Amino acid sequence: MSANAIAALAALLVSALTLAVGAFGLRLARTTSDFYVASRAVGPATNAAAISGEYLSAASFLGVAGLVMARGVDMLWYPVGWTAGYLVLLLFVAAPLRRSRAYTLPDFAEFRLESQRARTLASALGVLIAVLYLIPQFQGAGLTVHALTGAPAWIGSTAVAVVVLASVVGGGMRSITLVQAVQYWLKLAALLVPLAFLLTTRHGGAPGAAARLHSTDWLEPMRGPHSLYLTYSLIVATFLGTMGLPHVVVRFYTNRDGFAARRTTVTVLGLLSVFYLLPPVYGVLGRHYLPSLSATDATDTAVLDLPGSVFGGTTADLLTAVLAAGAFAAFLSTSSGLVLSIAGVLGQDVLGHRFGGVAAFRIAATIGALTTLALTLLSPGLAVAHAVELAFAVAASTFAPMLLLGIWWPRLTAAGAISGMAVGGALSTAAVAIGLSGRSYGGLGGAILSQPALVTVPLAFATMVCVSLATARPLHVARTMVRLHTPEAVMVDRGGFRARGAD
Amino acid sequence: MSNTNPAPRVRVTAPAAGRPRRTTVAREIDAQSPVGEVYMRSLVRSQLRLALGLLFVLVLTVGALPLLFVFVPWLQHGRVLGVPLAWLLLGGGCYPVIIALAVVYVRRAERNERAFQDLVGPR
Repeated sequence: MSANAIAALAALLVSALTLAVGAFGLRLARTTSDFYVASRAVGPATNAAAISGEYLSAASFLGVAGLVMARGVDMLWYPVGWTAGYLVLLLFVAAPLRRSRAYTLPDFAEFRLESQRARTLASALGVLIAVLYLIPQFQGAGLTVHALTGAPAWIGSTAVAVVVLASVVGGGMRSITLVQAVQYWLKLAALLVPLAFLLTTRHGGAPGAAARLHSTDWLEPMRGPHSLYLTYSLIVATFLGTMGLPHVVVRFYTNRDGFAARRTTVTVLGLLSVFYLLPPVYGVLGRHYLPSLSATDATDTAVLDLPGSVFGGTTADLLTAVLAAGAFAAFLSTSSGLVLSIAGVLGQDVLGHRFGGVAAFRIAATIGALTTLALTLLSPGLAVAHAVELAFAVAASTFAPMLLLGIWWPRLTAAGAISGMAVGGALSTAAVAIGLSGRSYGGLGGAILSQPALVTVPLAFATMVCVSLATARPLHVARTMVRLHTPEAVMVDRGGFRARGAD
Repeated sequence: MSNTNPAPRVRVTAPAAGRPRRTTVAREIDAQSPVGEVYMRSLVRSQLRLALGLLFVLVLTVGALPLLFVFVPWLQHGRVLGVPLAWLLLGGGCYPVIIALAVVYVRRAERNERAFQDLVGPR
């Protein structure tokens, strides 16, 4: 059997596994609540692995190694930022968000701000961010299938969209939780095993490897133009963006209470840290063993090309297959979480009036996945990790200030939050749109357009604060603060808000 | 959604022995009296101070690295056992700091909440 056939088989196996666990979950999922939040019958260890499995996307599995290989040490900020983002989420948001009993970010906006318009804007932003994040996942799948088999990219993108839809429509969150817990360990093993082989081989490296590895621009930090601005903008986007990702927030509802939300997050940080040690090593090995790819930015498949350029025969075929399986686990797990969150928002806010709970959820998931697939096939390719970072920038410019001020500052008003999210959302989306259109500009202006967060996040915060100070705060904000901050064991009045679709 | 508060209900039976009883402080919080507000504000402030303090540590350690790389030359091209220092710091060194901050946070946040619970909660 040829290398391509084995790798394609591995990808198929992962897809089949996803569908099988999804079908198993289908027998367990009975009510609307099962579909949305797994009825919170998930253990903490499983939940932590599931959260990590969902979070580690194509950008983590393929993108980071590709960027490190092409651009060097500064790209290590991506995994560091994605991990630190979870720490900031833990410090400011995890327990209060769980205690709010909001299931989605729109639920939280409605509950805290007591405004239907804030809910509507949050829903629109949530769908926008999820779609922005979903496009690079589908795109990565297309690239992978193309690299493995030579088949056109749309086949891989469509295949992932179909498998994700089948498993989400089938079992909702419960089956997804099991699938994603399995997929964390699958992804970790898929990077570890080939790495063990690659690090123990005595292969001398591609011609010119030593020169490439010792080039100063690649080896030393902060060498590029505007690197100080770009790095700090990346730090702001990732540190604050994680809390505003719709599929991350939904996960917190599966924790039993605020305490569990915190402790699960600590475990997640451990699991992410272990995983993120590996992709940079692949980047360095790629620099050492792959001569041709470094010249361009098209390095998203470097991880998959490594075994073939170092080993020959069956060893290379099998290791490539293992990596392909891990990559597909990454596409499938993150995409399912995103499709699920799109379905949660669309299903409740747009279709819920016309269809029943589970039917609305299924129709919404289908619309979300197919629309994103169409956008993926139409949009030109950006580097996967950079495309994901744009979704982080929009999340950091909209939901992060709404959550941080909403939880910790009683003066935040509906008008303030709405105008701040509108300003941050409009500016960051404009920058993203220019980035996706493929145009590029030089100078500091170009740097700001490619990493807008350092400008747009402070503007969004400032708008929220100024407008809030000029308007009246929500009526029941004191009761809201009680619900957000008191531990569950204390018997106090928490108000009557119930999130739609949950419980 | 209704958060409005009807007139506080007064229980006239004697509380059963052994059942958790609501304390005066909990009642003050429910009534949103000045005393209740003070208790709530002290809880929120202590949690916010803790989170901001640890965020500050994160910014001073991990967040200061780009500036340090620019202004401290030996950090930019220094080596430890042949491995460039910047790669060590960013590739592995940041993660233990992040995890340590998380562990400290959870411990202290739970301690703050236990103190609040001892004050307000059932006993």
